Amino acid sequence: MDYLDSLEQKTVYIVREAYSRFRNIALLWSIGKDSTTLLWICRKAFFGKIPFPVVHIDTGFKFKEIYAFRDEYARTWGLDLVISRNKKALEEGMCPDKGKMECCNALKTDALKKTLKEKGFKALLLAIRRDEHGIRAKERYFSPRTADFTWDYQHQPPELWDFYKTQAGTEEHIRIHPMLHWTEADIWRYIEREKMPVVSLYFAKNGKRYRSIGCQPCCASVDSRADTIAKIVRELERTKIAERSGRAQDKEDSYTMQKLRSLGYM
Amino acid sequence: MKIVIVGHVDHGKSTLIGRLLLDTDSLPEGKMAELKRISKELGRDAELAYLADQLKEEREREMTIDTTQTFFRTARRDYAIIDAPGHVEFIRNMLTGATQAEEAVLIVDVKAGLEEQTRRHAYLLGLLGIKEVIAVINKMDLAGYDRESFERVKSGLSGFLKGAGLSPSRTIPVSARNGDNISKRSSAMRWYKGASLLEALDSLKPKETAERKPMRFPVQDVYDISGEKIAVGKVLSGRIRQGQEVKVLPSMAPARIKAIKVFGKTLKSASSGANIGIVLDEGSLARRGEVIAEVPDLPQPKNRFKADLFWMSEEPLRLGKNFVFRCATQEAACVAERIERRMNSSTLEIIEDSSSELRLNEAAAVHFRTERPVVLEDFDFIEELGRFVIEAGKVPQGAGIITS
Ligand SMILES: Nc1nc2c(ncn2[C@@H]2O[C@H](COP(=O)(O)OP(=O)(O)O)[C@@H](O)[C@H]2O)c(=O)[nH]1
Repeated sequence: MDYLDSLEQKTVYIVREAYSRFRNIALLWSIGKDSTTLLWICRKAFFGKIPFPVVHIDTGFKFKEIYAFRDEYARTWGLDLVISRNKKALEEGMCPDKGKMECCNALKTDALKKTLKEKGFKALLLAIRRDEHGIRAKERYFSPRTADFTWDYQHQPPELWDFYKTQAGTEEHIRIHPMLHWTEADIWRYIEREKMPVVSLYFAKNGKRYRSIGCQPCCASVDSRADTIAKIVRELERTKIAERSGRAQDKEDSYTMQKLRSLGYM
Repeated sequence: MKIVIVGHVDHGKSTLIGRLLLDTDSLPEGKMAELKRISKELGRDAELAYLADQLKEEREREMTIDTTQTFFRTARRDYAIIDAPGHVEFIRNMLTGATQAEEAVLIVDVKAGLEEQTRRHAYLLGLLGIKEVIAVINKMDLAGYDRESFERVKSGLSGFLKGAGLSPSRTIPVSARNGDNISKRSSAMRWYKGASLLEALDSLKPKETAERKPMRFPVQDVYDISGEKIAVGKVLSGRIRQGQEVKVLPSMAPARIKAIKVFGKTLKSASSGANIGIVLDEGSLARRGEVIAEVPDLPQPKNRFKADLFWMSEEPLRLGKNFVFRCATQEAACVAERIERRMNSSTLEIIEDSSSELRLNEAAAVHFRTERPVVLEDFDFIEELGRFVIEAGKVPQGAGIITS
């Protein structure tokens, strides 16, 4: 078994463990490379048909390429797609100009809270990785959240070997992170090996590409000539620029991410 | 390769991690600047430890609370370093980190010597099955790079480790802050002829896989795919083959492997580590918690066993009190029937030869009885069927390995 197989196999085990403990589970699909990889591995784990809904938190500010990719593959892969939107906040004019923290909170966290309540999901699969940001290095594979979504990172239950947390009833839902052990370069090597489709924004056009994609107003592109997956892999082996450096929230203040996370941000 | 760094608080774990990142050129651009700015905000000099200690409270309290992971790479391979907190209140987080690791580095401050958590962490590594450790004696700069101080700590340490069933493969004098003997040998300690830390790490051999052992396949779940029942799970050991004669334990019902499936493919065989689906011959059934094992090498299911157990909950383990036993995908109600050799996990001093309870941070040899038969193996034979956790209210209270 090679290195990529061992990463994939661990993810398969966790995803199956999650589904065996929580039948009312959903996968959060941002349409980015990480959650698309998770989705891809879920298709393998469940023999081609994912037996639970796939949730897209739609802020309304996503790139058009993201919507097109979502709709195409939701059809091709036969996904049970749930679109989560905070209609009220959008009608009231919420946008990044009102403050990035406020906007993320209303259009992502609050939208998700509503969908969770409506659908009664007890567990969510998220594709966060430990190498993304310092604070994420503290995450467990199975991480309980309270009703108001707070992450009590000071009193996390221990997670020994591969014995994962099951529901105790006191927590509102459990976040499950099957991709925690992957790095950005691993993801791209895997995408290359599997010949997986990804949104075209990741590939360089006119000397620019996106390393991380989300809402159009809050994502900046980086200088790059990597216009194929192989070139992206090579670029990452050389680069020293942090992946999320194109993201607005991370720049504002060194604690923003920690604040957002403990409030329930993904 | 995943390595965990353990040791007493303030002996320099976080600094060592920062140093490893710096020396292997693994810091993203801008990290050093962020570090300087944050340290200025908090009114301190930029310290390498802040790289590892990302949480705000940690920066303010100057210690590692939870386990974190960071990544670096040498010419030989990729590493994930798990930093485990060295404070006694966070022993659960230390265990979370340690059980994910393949190898361990134990750090000891040369001036402070062996302290409470140095010893407890070392003992826990041994208990939880990490038998080989690299010991680093840190802050050699504060001891004037003196050979005698190093030898003194080294001999105390190796005596203790032997008692805890561990053998240090190497003991290295370092200064994490100044970078001595980390990526290359230091000119400040010419008396030391051994490997630097990175050389020592690069020379570690990954664990052998369990492929040559008898086949064990704990069922994780059963899916109904187009009318066919597929039992999924991970092959823990050996090789599972199409046509293989097996038994479903603990009931010992005989069965045959009709097909091995992964998405889009049928396989002739699969070996340890693979997550697969299997179809059993007509009339055979398997459920989560059952273990499919190869004939003839079968383990005898049992409902009594003895284990080395570490207790990590404020609520003590008491004789006769109900808990949940988890081992691989098995779960069963259990009670402790006897608690022997109850000891302090730091001093290894025996508190009582026979006891009615086991408290926070104590260890003992415990005889358990499970409500129904479970499938167990010796930890040294098939690890994943030899280690377990004890839960209450869905939270682990204790962890251990089966001894008989
Ligand atoms: N002089 C000296 N100080 C060190 C060295 N390593 C760590 N320290 C200091 O020891 C203190 C504790 O280090 P830290 O890495 O936070 O310890 P941890 O609690 O084990 O993570 C900090 O003030 C460090 O700067 C070393 O090699 N030499």
